[in-house]
Amino acid sequence: MRNTFTIAQREIYAYFVSPIAYIVTAAFLVIGGYLFSMILYFSREATMRFIFGNLSFIFLLIAPMLTMRLLAEEHRSGTIELLLTSPVRDWEVVLGKFLASLTLFLAMISLTLVYPLVLFAFGHPDGGPILSGYLGLILAGAGYLSVGVFTSSLSRNQIVAAVLGIVLLLVLWLADAAGSFMGGSLSSILSYLSLSSHTSDLTRGVIDTKDVIYYLSLVVAFLFLSVRSLESRRWS
Amino acid sequence: MIEVSNLTKYYGDFTAIEDLNFHVEKGEVLGFLGPNGAGKTTTMRILTGFMPPSDGTVKIAGYDVFSQSLEARRHVGYLPETVPLYPEMTVYAYLDFVAKLRGVDDREDHVWDVMDTCWIEDRADQLIGQLSKGYRQRVGLAQALIHNPDVLVLDEPTIGLDPKQIIEVRGLIKELGKEHTVILSTHILPEVSQICNRVIIINKGHLVAVDSPERLSARAEGAERVLLKLQQPAEETPALLGNIGGVTSVEPAGDNGFEITCDSATDCRPEIAAAAVQNGWGLLEMRALGASLEDVFLQLTAEEDTNEDEDEDAA
Repeated sequence: MRNTFTIAQREIYAYFVSPIAYIVTAAFLVIGGYLFSMILYFSREATMRFIFGNLSFIFLLIAPMLTMRLLAEEHRSGTIELLLTSPVRDWEVVLGKFLASLTLFLAMISLTLVYPLVLFAFGHPDGGPILSGYLGLILAGAGYLSVGVFTSSLSRNQIVAAVLGIVLLLVLWLADAAGSFMGGSLSSILSYLSLSSHTSDLTRGVIDTKDVIYYLSLVVAFLFLSVRSLESRRWS
Repeated sequence: MIEVSNLTKYYGDFTAIEDLNFHVEKGEVLGFLGPNGAGKTTTMRILTGFMPPSDGTVKIAGYDVFSQSLEARRHVGYLPETVPLYPEMTVYAYLDFVAKLRGVDDREDHVWDVMDTCWIEDRADQLIGQLSKGYRQRVGLAQALIHNPDVLVLDEPTIGLDPKQIIEVRGLIKELGKEHTVILSTHILPEVSQICNRVIIINKGHLVAVDSPERLSARAEGAERVLLKLQQPAEETPALLGNIGGVTSVEPAGDNGFEITCDSATDCRPEIAAAAVQNGWGLLEMRALGASLEDVFLQLTAEEDTNEDEDEDAA
């Protein structure tokens, strides 16, 4: 576990000296802030339930840009040889990378705390749904990042990794639409797998164990796939 | 310290190395020679636990690199062909990171020690991305040494260095070879004769020779060459020398010198000496020119090629 933190620490350092983290954070905040003020202006309601869904979808599109470098760049530059010949397990490498991207995501999210501050300053919002909405956002974000870590393990090209990540996330997002088209038991399976069907409740402030388990298993599944992908690339 | 048995690696249908067997004792410096694509880097990657073998085993300090990978990796320091550096880190931060991964205690002391050993102390706070090729190579070497490993695997350690640095790094490797077991691959043959106790030559994934550099040179078959220096050679000297039994050619070599090639069956030196004395040419010097490591290398790798062709014909 100590190795995981060593790797995560180096990766966080790399984020803060590269422009990509700042660009992605700025884009996230600009779009998020714009939507927040528009929603507030038109609804005139001291609530965040509309904004969480939007933030979660914006992050779906930019999460792969945060994760694209993580493993792809190690393969491209050859530093993977250092990591994989050190006395470090493959899962420690993957988990360390994932935790670094999660840390950056949490930092981004913490900057959106000005939205509830504005609401509390000028109105009387209900704190419970805001808290559970943030929890939902964090769970969803962790899920997106794990998918991004996986696609970063597939290629040595960061752009390929990012595009694959966005495509895979959108396919998962839209899976329930395909499900309703097909009908039957396939429909309920696809609808369960779909990201969008699990996001709506959570971001409304309703914490359903089913959704929490869905996101946690999404993270575990894609990190597991990343470890396998890293292992399989040793053989070739 | 290192035991390699029946090591084989396939990439799909391609056989990178086949049935390699060798062992390296503690305190040996082993040179790994072979043409490009012979399987040197593949072998080194297997030794360091980067990739698993298709067949066969490698044991480092008694640990199998596949089944006891983490234990084996703890005993190995590795400088890959592409030096694994993070350009956005400073030299110090990078070495500190590697030390942490390697589980080194007293990291600060160790980092300064290896920076001292590899002459990079003055660049401690510089970003790796701004370093010259020579400095990067030395940071790579420092990284491989940081946990004071029993076994050092160096893939072309002197590539990209200037002549002065090459001499320094060779000296360093020789020094390290006293306490560590070193395996290094190189294209530069004189390097091998200078720093290695033993040489392994591989070609097309097969081991073709294991021996000390001196014995390998001595083993070269074929023509014997003799260098002759005379005080006052006559015009007819080359012709007279050419008439001696066994001499196949006489070439002028420098001032009043001749390079004489004899077939290996007969030693023609006594007759050459006798001729020089009888004719009053004034014999100054006569010595056998041994085959260089280059000759051995070319011979062994070419032999293998012809054998291979024959095998294919037979099949």
